[in-house]
Amino acid sequence: MTNTEIVVTGLGAMTPLGDDVQTTWDGLVSARTGVRRVTDGWVEQYDLPTKIAAPLAVEPTDILPRVQARRLDRAAQTAIIAARQAWTDAGYDTPSEEHHDVEPERLGVVIGTGIGGPHTLLAQDDLLEQNGLRKVSPLTVPMLMANASAAQVSIEIGARAGVHSPASACASGAEGIATAAMMIESGRADVVVAGGTEACIHPITVAGFVQARTLSSNEDPEAASRPFDTSRDGFVLGEGAGIVILERAEHARARGARIYGQLRGYGITSDAYHITGNHPDGIGQIGAMQQAIHSAGLTANDVGHVNAHATSTVVGDVGEARAISKAVGDHPVVTAPKGSLGHLVGGAGAVESIATLLSLRDGIIPPTRNLVELDPKIELDVVSGEARKTDVTAAINNSFGFGGHNVALLFTKD
Amino acid sequence: MASNEEILSGLGEIVEEVAGVSADEVTEEKSFVDDLDIDSLSMVEIAVQAEDKFGVKIPDDELANLKTVGDAVSYVAKNS
Repeated sequence: MTNTEIVVTGLGAMTPLGDDVQTTWDGLVSARTGVRRVTDGWVEQYDLPTKIAAPLAVEPTDILPRVQARRLDRAAQTAIIAARQAWTDAGYDTPSEEHHDVEPERLGVVIGTGIGGPHTLLAQDDLLEQNGLRKVSPLTVPMLMANASAAQVSIEIGARAGVHSPASACASGAEGIATAAMMIESGRADVVVAGGTEACIHPITVAGFVQARTLSSNEDPEAASRPFDTSRDGFVLGEGAGIVILERAEHARARGARIYGQLRGYGITSDAYHITGNHPDGIGQIGAMQQAIHSAGLTANDVGHVNAHATSTVVGDVGEARAISKAVGDHPVVTAPKGSLGHLVGGAGAVESIATLLSLRDGIIPPTRNLVELDPKIELDVVSGEARKTDVTAAINNSFGFGGHNVALLFTKD
Repeated sequence: MASNEEILSGLGEIVEEVAGVSADEVTEEKSFVDDLDIDSLSMVEIAVQAEDKFGVKIPDDELANLKTVGDAVSYVAKNS
Protein backbone atom coordinates (compact mmCIF):
# COMPACT_ATOMS: atom_id res chain seq x y z
CA MET A 1 0.00 0.00 0.00
CA THR A 2 1.03 3.59 -0.08
CA ASN A 3 2.35 5.15 3.09
CA THR A 4 -1.19 5.55 4.40
CA GLU A 5 -1.57 3.77 7.71
CA ILE A 6 -5.03 2.24 8.12
CA VAL A 7 -6.37 0.80 11.36
CA VAL A 8 -9.49 -1.08 12.41
CA THR A 9 -11.38 0.58 15.25
CA GLY A 10 -14.75 -1.19 15.31
CA LEU A 11 -16.20 -4.64 14.61
CA GLY A 12 -19.74 -5.94 14.08
CA ALA A 13 -21.15 -9.32 13.07
CA MET A 14 -24.36 -11.28 12.58
CA THR A 15 -23.53 -14.91 11.90
CA PRO A 16 -24.77 -18.49 12.25
CA LEU A 17 -22.76 -18.63 15.49
CA GLY A 18 -24.22 -15.55 17.13
CA ASP A 19 -25.68 -12.08 16.83
CA ASP A 20 -22.49 -10.24 17.69
CA VAL A 21 -18.70 -10.42 17.40
CA GLN A 22 -17.99 -11.87 20.84
CA THR A 23 -20.45 -14.77 20.53
CA THR A 24 -19.19 -15.53 17.03
CA TRP A 25 -15.57 -15.43 18.16
CA ASP A 26 -16.27 -17.64 21.20
CA GLY A 27 -18.05 -20.04 18.85
CA LEU A 28 -15.04 -20.21 16.55
CA VAL A 29 -12.54 -20.67 19.37
CA SER A 30 -14.62 -23.48 20.90
CA ALA A 31 -15.38 -24.96 17.44
CA ARG A 32 -19.15 -24.78 17.78
CA THR A 33 -21.20 -25.27 14.63
CA GLY A 34 -23.71 -22.90 13.08
CA VAL A 35 -24.92 -25.57 10.67
CA ARG A 36 -28.46 -26.88 11.09
CA ARG A 37 -30.95 -29.09 9.33
CA VAL A 38 -33.28 -27.12 7.06
CA THR A 39 -36.78 -27.44 8.48
CA ASP A 40 -38.75 -25.19 6.11
CA GLY A 41 -40.12 -28.07 4.07
CA TRP A 42 -38.51 -27.20 0.75
CA VAL A 43 -35.84 -29.88 1.03
CA GLU A 44 -38.62 -32.47 0.88
CA GLN A 45 -40.71 -30.48 -1.62
CA TYR A 46 -37.93 -30.44 -4.21
CA ASP A 47 -36.19 -33.62 -3.06
CA LEU A 48 -32.92 -31.74 -2.59
CA PRO A 49 -29.84 -33.81 -1.75
CA THR A 50 -28.58 -30.98 0.47
CA LYS A 51 -30.60 -30.91 3.69
CA ILE A 52 -28.55 -28.53 5.81
CA ALA A 53 -27.56 -24.86 5.93
CA ALA A 54 -26.05 -22.33 8.30
CA PRO A 55 -28.77 -19.76 9.00
CA LEU A 56 -28.34 -16.73 11.24
CA ALA A 57 -28.32 -17.63 14.95
CA VAL A 58 -30.74 -14.78 15.69
CA GLU A 59 -33.45 -13.51 13.37
CA PRO A 60 -32.75 -9.91 12.33
CA THR A 61 -36.47 -9.20 12.62
CA ASP A 62 -36.16 -9.95 16.36
CA ILE A 63 -33.63 -7.12 16.63
CA LEU A 64 -34.84 -4.38 14.27
CA PRO A 65 -38.00 -2.33 14.78
CA ARG A 66 -40.87 -3.82 12.74
CA VAL A 67 -41.30 -0.94 10.30
CA GLN A 68 -37.58 -0.66 9.55
CA ALA A 69 -37.37 -4.42 9.01
CA ARG A 70 -40.24 -4.49 6.51
CA ARG A 71 -38.46 -1.92 4.34
CA LEU A 72 -35.24 -3.96 4.12
CA ASP A 73 -34.27 -7.23 2.48
CA ARG A 74 -32.87 -9.81 4.91
CA ALA A 75 -29.34 -9.11 3.62
CA ALA A 76 -29.68 -5.41 4.43
CA GLN A 77 -31.34 -6.12 7.79
CA THR A 78 -28.33 -8.22 8.68
CA ALA A 79 -25.83 -5.66 7.40
CA ILE A 80 -27.42 -2.75 9.22
CA ILE A 81 -27.38 -4.58 12.55
CA ALA A 82 -23.69 -5.48 12.11
CA ALA A 83 -22.89 -1.93 10.98
CA ARG A 84 -24.55 -0.44 14.06
CA GLN A 85 -22.52 -2.75 16.28
CA ALA A 86 -19.28 -1.77 14.54
CA TRP A 87 -20.11 1.94 14.60
CA THR A 88 -20.85 1.88 18.33
CA ASP A 89 -17.85 -0.36 18.99
CA ALA A 90 -15.64 2.28 17.35
CA GLY A 91 -16.94 4.79 19.88
CA TYR A 92 -19.18 6.71 17.51
CA ASP A 93 -22.71 7.92 18.24
CA THR A 94 -25.69 7.87 15.94
CA PRO A 95 -25.59 11.19 14.08
CA SER A 96 -28.26 13.81 14.55
CA GLU A 97 -29.07 16.89 12.52
CA GLU A 98 -26.91 18.97 14.84
CA HIS A 99 -24.00 16.62 15.35
CA HIS A 100 -21.89 14.15 13.35
CA ASP A 101 -18.97 12.37 15.03
CA VAL A 102 -17.34 12.02 11.60
CA GLU A 103 -17.62 14.76 9.01
CA PRO A 104 -20.09 13.34 6.46
CA GLU A 105 -17.91 14.29 3.47
CA ARG A 106 -15.02 12.26 4.99
CA LEU A 107 -17.09 9.17 5.77
CA GLY A 108 -17.66 6.32 3.28
CA VAL A 109 -19.43 2.96 3.16
CA VAL A 110 -18.40 -0.13 1.21
CA ILE A 111 -20.51 -3.26 1.72
CA GLY A 112 -20.15 -6.09 -0.75
CA THR A 113 -22.68 -8.81 -1.50
CA GLY A 114 -22.70 -11.78 -3.81
CA ILE A 115 -26.33 -11.59 -4.92
CA GLY A 116 -28.09 -8.69 -3.19
CA GLY A 117 -31.70 -9.30 -2.19
CA PRO A 118 -32.89 -12.57 -3.72
CA HIS A 119 -35.53 -13.17 -1.02
CA THR A 120 -37.22 -9.89 -1.95
CA LEU A 121 -36.97 -10.54 -5.69
CA LEU A 122 -38.47 -14.01 -5.41
CA ALA A 123 -41.20 -13.09 -2.93
CA GLN A 124 -42.32 -10.10 -4.99
CA ASP A 125 -42.30 -12.22 -8.15
CA ASP A 126 -44.61 -14.67 -6.38
CA LEU A 127 -46.92 -11.77 -5.46
CA LEU A 128 -46.97 -10.52 -9.05
CA GLU A 129 -47.79 -13.96 -10.41
CA GLN A 130 -50.41 -14.79 -7.79
CA ASN A 131 -52.02 -11.42 -7.05
CA GLY A 132 -51.04 -9.08 -9.85
CA LEU A 133 -49.43 -5.66 -10.04
CA ARG A 134 -51.27 -4.00 -7.14
CA LYS A 135 -49.73 -6.30 -4.56
CA VAL A 136 -46.14 -5.69 -5.65
CA SER A 137 -44.38 -3.51 -3.10
CA PRO A 138 -43.14 -0.09 -4.23
CA LEU A 139 -40.05 -0.98 -2.20
CA THR A 140 -39.26 -4.01 -4.38
CA VAL A 141 -36.36 -2.51 -6.33
CA PRO A 142 -34.79 -0.48 -3.52
CA MET A 143 -34.92 -3.62 -1.37
CA LEU A 144 -33.48 -6.12 -3.84
CA MET A 145 -30.75 -3.98 -5.42
CA ALA A 146 -27.23 -5.10 -4.59
CA ASN A 147 -26.23 -1.66 -3.27
CA ALA A 148 -29.16 -1.52 -0.82
CA SER A 149 -27.18 -2.55 2.26
CA ALA A 150 -24.40 -0.03 1.68
CA ALA A 151 -26.85 2.74 0.83
CA GLN A 152 -29.04 2.07 3.89
CA VAL A 153 -26.01 2.17 6.17
CA SER A 154 -24.88 5.45 4.56
CA ILE A 155 -28.29 6.97 5.32
CA GLU A 156 -28.17 5.77 8.90
CA ILE A 157 -24.71 7.15 9.71
CA GLY A 158 -24.67 10.13 7.34
CA ALA A 159 -21.86 9.06 4.98
CA ARG A 160 -21.36 11.33 1.98
CA ALA A 161 -17.84 10.45 0.77
CA GLY A 162 -19.24 7.72 -1.49
CA VAL A 163 -20.96 4.36 -1.20
CA HIS A 164 -19.79 1.24 -3.02
CA SER A 165 -20.99 -2.34 -3.27
CA PRO A 166 -18.44 -4.71 -4.75
CA ALA A 167 -19.99 -7.87 -6.17
CA SER A 168 -17.35 -10.58 -6.43
CA ALA A 169 -19.34 -13.57 -5.21
CA CYS A 170 -17.67 -15.15 -2.18
CA ALA A 171 -14.89 -12.55 -2.19
CA SER A 172 -17.32 -9.60 -1.91
CA GLY A 173 -16.83 -8.99 1.81
CA ALA A 174 -13.06 -8.97 1.53
CA GLU A 175 -13.21 -6.78 -1.55
CA GLY A 176 -15.42 -4.43 0.45
CA ILE A 177 -12.60 -4.02 2.98
CA ALA A 178 -9.95 -3.61 0.26
CA THR A 179 -12.06 -1.04 -1.56
CA ALA A 180 -12.52 0.86 1.69
CA ALA A 181 -8.74 0.94 2.12
CA MET A 182 -8.43 2.40 -1.39
CA MET A 183 -10.90 5.15 -0.45
CA ILE A 184 -8.73 6.12 2.50
CA GLU A 185 -5.46 5.81 0.53
CA SER A 186 -6.74 7.98 -2.28
CA GLY A 187 -7.69 10.68 0.19
CA ARG A 188 -11.44 10.44 -0.36
CA ALA A 189 -12.29 9.45 3.21
CA ASP A 190 -10.91 9.25 6.75
CA VAL A 191 -13.36 6.62 8.01
CA VAL A 192 -15.08 3.87 6.03
CA VAL A 193 -17.70 1.40 7.23
CA ALA A 194 -16.71 -1.73 5.33
CA GLY A 195 -17.55 -5.38 4.92
CA GLY A 196 -20.02 -7.71 3.33
CA THR A 197 -23.43 -9.28 3.76
CA GLU A 198 -25.46 -12.15 2.34
CA ALA A 199 -28.83 -13.76 2.90
CA CYS A 200 -29.50 -16.24 0.11
CA ILE A 201 -30.56 -19.47 1.77
CA HIS A 202 -33.49 -20.22 -0.53
CA PRO A 203 -34.50 -23.35 -2.46
CA ILE A 204 -33.43 -21.82 -5.79
CA THR A 205 -29.91 -20.94 -4.65
CA VAL A 206 -29.51 -24.30 -2.96
CA ALA A 207 -30.81 -26.05 -6.10
CA GLY A 208 -28.45 -24.01 -8.27
CA PHE A 209 -25.43 -24.76 -6.10
CA VAL A 210 -26.46 -28.43 -5.99
CA GLN A 211 -26.57 -28.55 -9.78
CA ALA A 212 -23.13 -26.94 -9.91
CA ARG A 213 -22.01 -29.80 -7.63
CA THR A 214 -20.57 -27.47 -5.01
CA LEU A 215 -22.66 -28.18 -1.88
CA SER A 216 -22.11 -30.87 0.71
CA SER A 217 -24.72 -33.62 0.69
CA ASN A 218 -23.60 -34.82 4.11
CA GLU A 219 -26.83 -35.06 6.13
CA ASP A 220 -25.16 -34.57 9.51
CA PRO A 221 -25.18 -30.85 10.29
CA GLU A 222 -22.51 -31.34 12.95
CA ALA A 223 -20.04 -32.84 10.50
CA ALA A 224 -20.86 -31.56 7.02
CA SER A 225 -18.55 -28.56 6.78
CA ARG A 226 -15.04 -30.01 7.05
CA PRO A 227 -12.39 -27.93 5.30
CA PHE A 228 -9.11 -29.67 4.47
CA ASP A 229 -10.44 -33.02 5.79
CA THR A 230 -10.16 -36.11 3.58
CA SER A 231 -13.93 -36.75 3.69
CA ARG A 232 -15.08 -33.23 2.75
CA ASP A 233 -17.68 -33.16 -0.03
CA GLY A 234 -18.68 -29.54 -0.61
CA PHE A 235 -19.56 -26.35 1.24
CA VAL A 236 -22.51 -25.56 3.49
CA LEU A 237 -24.50 -22.48 2.48
CA GLY A 238 -24.67 -19.90 5.26
CA GLU A 239 -25.80 -16.32 5.72
CA GLY A 240 -24.55 -13.34 7.68
CA ALA A 241 -22.68 -10.08 7.68
CA GLY A 242 -19.40 -8.72 8.98
CA ILE A 243 -18.62 -5.02 9.23
CA VAL A 244 -15.42 -3.28 10.27
CA ILE A 245 -14.66 0.40 10.79
CA LEU A 246 -11.52 1.26 8.83
CA GLU A 247 -9.91 4.50 9.81
CA ARG A 248 -6.94 6.59 8.80
CA ALA A 249 -4.51 5.97 11.67
CA GLU A 250 -3.97 9.65 12.48
CA HIS A 251 -7.73 10.15 12.67
CA ALA A 252 -8.12 7.21 15.05
CA ARG A 253 -5.17 8.17 17.23
CA ALA A 254 -6.21 11.80 17.46
CA ARG A 255 -9.49 10.75 19.06
CA GLY A 256 -7.87 8.09 21.24
CA ALA A 257 -9.75 5.23 19.63
CA ARG A 258 -9.23 1.62 20.65
CA ILE A 259 -7.36 -0.09 17.77
CA TYR A 260 -7.85 -3.78 16.92
CA GLY A 261 -5.05 -3.92 14.37
CA GLN A 262 -3.85 -2.54 11.07
CA LEU A 263 -4.93 -3.37 7.56
CA ARG A 264 -1.36 -3.31 6.37
CA GLY A 265 -1.73 -4.65 2.83
CA TYR A 266 -4.06 -6.24 0.33
CA GLY A 267 -3.92 -8.04 -2.98
CA ILE A 268 -6.64 -8.39 -5.59
CA THR A 269 -6.28 -10.53 -8.71
CA SER A 270 -8.55 -12.28 -11.20
CA ASP A 271 -8.03 -15.70 -12.77
CA ALA A 272 -9.41 -15.04 -16.28
CA TYR A 273 -9.87 -18.79 -16.49
CA HIS A 274 -13.28 -20.30 -15.65
CA ILE A 275 -16.51 -18.95 -14.21
CA THR A 276 -16.48 -21.33 -11.23
CA GLY A 277 -13.21 -23.27 -11.22
CA ASN A 278 -9.95 -21.90 -9.87
CA HIS A 279 -6.92 -21.74 -12.13
CA PRO A 280 -5.23 -25.14 -11.69
CA ASP A 281 -1.86 -23.52 -11.05
CA GLY A 282 -3.37 -21.18 -8.47
CA ILE A 283 -1.72 -18.19 -10.12
CA GLY A 284 -4.46 -15.74 -9.13
CA GLN A 285 -4.53 -16.88 -5.50
CA ILE A 286 -0.75 -16.86 -5.24
CA GLY A 287 -0.64 -13.43 -6.85
CA ALA A 288 -3.18 -12.00 -4.42
CA MET A 289 -1.24 -13.23 -1.37
CA GLN A 290 2.09 -12.03 -2.82
CA GLN A 291 0.62 -8.61 -3.55
CA ALA A 292 -0.75 -8.40 -0.02
CA ILE A 293 2.66 -9.22 1.47
CA HIS A 294 4.51 -6.88 -0.87
CA SER A 295 2.12 -3.98 -0.37
CA ALA A 296 2.52 -4.38 3.40
CA GLY A 297 6.27 -4.02 3.05
CA LEU A 298 6.74 -7.46 4.62
CA THR A 299 8.20 -10.78 3.52
CA ALA A 300 6.47 -14.16 3.46
CA ASN A 301 8.39 -15.17 6.58
CA ASP A 302 6.69 -12.39 8.54
CA VAL A 303 3.24 -13.91 7.97
CA GLY A 304 2.59 -16.24 10.87
CA HIS A 305 -1.05 -17.07 10.27
CA VAL A 306 -3.41 -17.62 7.34
CA ASN A 307 -7.16 -17.57 7.85
CA ALA A 308 -8.05 -19.66 4.82
CA HIS A 309 -10.99 -19.34 2.44
CA ALA A 310 -11.23 -23.17 2.42
CA THR A 311 -14.90 -23.85 1.80
CA SER A 312 -14.75 -27.64 2.18
CA THR A 313 -14.90 -28.45 -1.53
CA VAL A 314 -12.76 -31.29 -2.85
CA VAL A 315 -10.85 -29.29 -5.46
CA GLY A 316 -10.88 -25.80 -3.93
CA ASP A 317 -9.28 -26.65 -0.58
CA VAL A 318 -6.30 -28.42 -2.13
CA GLY A 319 -5.82 -25.62 -4.64
CA GLU A 320 -5.74 -23.01 -1.90
CA ALA A 321 -3.44 -25.10 0.30
CA ARG A 322 -0.93 -25.34 -2.54
CA ALA A 323 -1.23 -21.63 -3.24
CA ILE A 324 -0.55 -20.84 0.45
CA SER A 325 2.48 -23.12 0.41
CA LYS A 326 3.84 -21.34 -2.65
CA ALA A 327 3.01 -17.76 -1.71
CA VAL A 328 3.64 -17.84 2.04
CA GLY A 329 5.42 -21.12 2.80
CA ASP A 330 4.80 -24.06 5.11
CA HIS A 331 5.40 -22.12 8.33
CA PRO A 332 2.11 -20.23 8.84
CA VAL A 333 -0.47 -21.59 11.26
CA VAL A 334 -3.62 -22.07 9.19
CA THR A 335 -7.27 -22.25 10.17
CA ALA A 336 -10.50 -22.58 8.16
CA PRO A 337 -13.42 -20.92 9.97
CA LYS A 338 -16.03 -22.29 7.54
CA GLY A 339 -15.90 -25.58 9.46
CA SER A 340 -17.90 -23.75 12.13
CA LEU A 341 -19.58 -20.91 10.23
CA GLY A 342 -20.50 -22.54 6.95
CA HIS A 343 -20.01 -20.36 3.90
CA LEU A 344 -21.44 -16.86 4.30
CA VAL A 345 -20.80 -16.01 0.61
CA GLY A 346 -20.61 -12.18 0.46
CA GLY A 347 -20.40 -12.01 4.25
CA ALA A 348 -17.58 -14.55 4.53
CA GLY A 349 -14.51 -12.43 3.85
CA ALA A 350 -15.61 -9.74 6.29
CA VAL A 351 -16.57 -12.07 9.15
CA GLU A 352 -13.37 -14.05 8.66
CA SER A 353 -11.31 -10.83 8.62
CA ILE A 354 -12.77 -10.08 12.03
CA ALA A 355 -11.65 -13.53 13.19
CA THR A 356 -8.18 -12.85 11.79
CA LEU A 357 -7.97 -9.55 13.69
CA LEU A 358 -9.07 -11.23 16.92
CA SER A 359 -6.48 -13.98 16.44
CA LEU A 360 -3.85 -11.25 16.26
CA ARG A 361 -5.27 -9.43 19.27
CA ASP A 362 -5.74 -12.47 21.53
CA GLY A 363 -2.92 -14.71 20.27
CA ILE A 364 -5.45 -17.50 19.70
CA ILE A 365 -6.07 -19.33 16.45
CA PRO A 366 -9.38 -21.20 16.41
CA PRO A 367 -9.42 -24.85 15.37
CA THR A 368 -10.86 -26.02 12.06
CA ARG A 369 -14.02 -27.81 13.11
CA ASN A 370 -14.38 -31.35 11.67
CA LEU A 371 -10.78 -31.55 10.52
CA VAL A 372 -10.08 -35.08 11.67
CA GLU A 373 -7.79 -36.41 8.96
CA LEU A 374 -5.84 -33.84 6.95
CA ASP A 375 -5.96 -34.48 3.22
CA PRO A 376 -2.49 -35.90 2.46
CA LYS A 377 -2.22 -33.55 -0.52
CA ILE A 378 -2.17 -30.63 1.92
CA GLU A 379 1.20 -29.78 3.43
CA LEU A 380 0.24 -27.11 5.89
CA ASP A 381 0.04 -26.68 9.66
CA VAL A 382 -3.74 -26.56 10.02
CA VAL A 383 -5.14 -26.17 13.54
CA SER A 384 -7.63 -28.87 14.51
CA GLY A 385 -9.15 -30.11 17.75
CA GLU A 386 -8.25 -27.36 20.20
CA ALA A 387 -7.56 -23.68 19.59
CA ARG A 388 -3.86 -22.88 19.45
CA LYS A 389 -2.20 -20.16 21.46
CA THR A 390 0.47 -18.50 19.43
CA ASP A 391 1.63 -14.94 19.18
CA VAL A 392 1.52 -13.91 15.57
CA THR A 393 2.04 -10.35 14.43
CA ALA A 394 0.97 -10.58 10.79
CA ALA A 395 -1.82 -12.64 9.25
CA ILE A 396 -3.49 -13.06 5.87
CA ASN A 397 -7.19 -13.59 5.29
CA ASN A 398 -7.99 -15.22 1.95
CA SER A 399 -11.25 -14.91 0.03
CA PHE A 400 -11.97 -16.29 -3.41
CA GLY A 401 -15.14 -16.15 -5.48
CA PHE A 402 -16.96 -17.59 -8.47
CA GLY A 403 -15.76 -15.58 -11.43
CA GLY A 404 -12.10 -16.01 -10.52
CA HIS A 405 -11.93 -13.25 -7.89
CA ASN A 406 -9.02 -13.51 -5.46
CA VAL A 407 -8.62 -11.16 -2.49
CA ALA A 408 -5.98 -11.43 0.22
CA LEU A 409 -6.02 -9.00 3.15
CA LEU A 410 -2.99 -8.64 5.38
CA PHE A 411 -3.60 -7.54 8.95
CA THR A 412 -0.98 -6.80 11.59
CA LYS A 413 -1.01 -6.05 15.30
CA ASP A 414 -0.99 -2.31 15.79
CA MET B 1 -70.86 2.85 3.96
CA ALA B 2 -68.31 3.65 6.61
CA SER B 3 -68.65 6.75 8.79
CA ASN B 4 -65.89 9.36 8.84
CA GLU B 5 -64.84 8.07 12.27
CA GLU B 6 -64.58 4.53 10.95
CA ILE B 7 -62.58 5.68 7.94
CA LEU B 8 -60.21 7.68 10.15
CA SER B 9 -59.63 4.79 12.48
CA GLY B 10 -59.14 2.40 9.52
CA LEU B 11 -56.60 4.77 7.97
CA GLY B 12 -54.84 5.00 11.32
CA GLU B 13 -54.41 1.22 11.40
CA ILE B 14 -53.01 1.21 7.86
CA VAL B 15 -50.57 4.03 8.53
CA GLU B 16 -49.39 2.32 11.70
CA GLU B 17 -48.87 -0.98 9.86
CA VAL B 18 -46.99 0.60 6.92
CA ALA B 19 -45.08 3.46 8.48
CA GLY B 20 -44.99 2.71 12.19
CA VAL B 21 -46.75 5.94 13.15
CA SER B 22 -49.05 5.30 16.10
CA ALA B 23 -52.69 5.20 14.97
CA ASP B 24 -53.50 7.84 17.65
CA GLU B 25 -51.26 10.29 15.80
CA VAL B 26 -53.24 9.91 12.61
CA THR B 27 -55.69 12.78 12.94
CA GLU B 28 -57.52 14.77 10.24
CA GLU B 29 -55.38 17.92 10.29
CA LYS B 30 -52.07 16.03 9.89
CA SER B 31 -50.12 16.15 6.64
CA PHE B 32 -48.90 12.71 5.54
CA VAL B 33 -45.52 14.04 4.39
CA ASP B 34 -44.80 16.98 6.70
CA ASP B 35 -46.33 15.78 9.95
CA LEU B 36 -46.31 11.99 9.74
CA ASP B 37 -42.99 11.74 7.83
CA ILE B 38 -44.40 9.32 5.26
CA ASP B 39 -42.44 9.02 2.01
CA SER B 40 -43.84 8.57 -1.50
CA LEU B 41 -43.18 4.82 -1.47
CA SER B 42 -45.13 4.32 1.73
CA MET B 43 -47.96 6.47 0.36
CA VAL B 44 -48.36 3.97 -2.49
CA GLU B 45 -48.60 1.12 0.01
CA ILE B 46 -51.10 3.04 2.14
CA ALA B 47 -53.23 3.77 -0.94
CA VAL B 48 -53.29 0.11 -2.02
CA GLN B 49 -54.30 -1.00 1.48
CA ALA B 50 -56.94 1.73 1.70
CA GLU B 51 -58.40 0.63 -1.65
CA ASP B 52 -58.74 -2.92 -0.33
CA LYS B 53 -60.10 -1.90 3.05
CA PHE B 54 -62.70 0.64 1.84
CA GLY B 55 -63.47 -0.67 -1.65
CA VAL B 56 -62.45 2.57 -3.39
CA LYS B 57 -60.19 3.34 -6.34
CA ILE B 58 -57.42 5.87 -5.69
CA PRO B 59 -55.79 6.74 -9.03
CA ASP B 60 -52.31 8.31 -8.90
CA ASP B 61 -53.53 11.81 -9.83
CA GLU B 62 -56.06 11.67 -6.98
CA LEU B 63 -53.46 10.28 -4.56
CA ALA B 64 -51.26 13.31 -5.28
CA ASN B 65 -54.06 15.57 -3.98
CA LEU B 66 -54.46 13.76 -0.68
CA LYS B 67 -52.14 15.95 1.37
CA THR B 68 -53.71 15.53 4.78
CA VAL B 69 -55.39 12.66 6.58
CA GLY B 70 -58.62 14.73 6.36
CA ASP B 71 -58.28 14.86 2.54
CA ALA B 72 -58.06 11.07 2.50
CA VAL B 73 -61.04 10.63 4.81
CA SER B 74 -63.18 12.91 2.61
CA TYR B 75 -62.06 11.17 -0.58
CA VAL B 76 -62.88 7.73 0.78
CA ALA B 77 -66.24 8.92 2.17
CA LYS B 78 -67.16 10.40 -1.21
CA ASN B 79 -66.03 7.51 -3.39
CA SER B 80 -66.73 4.34 -1.42
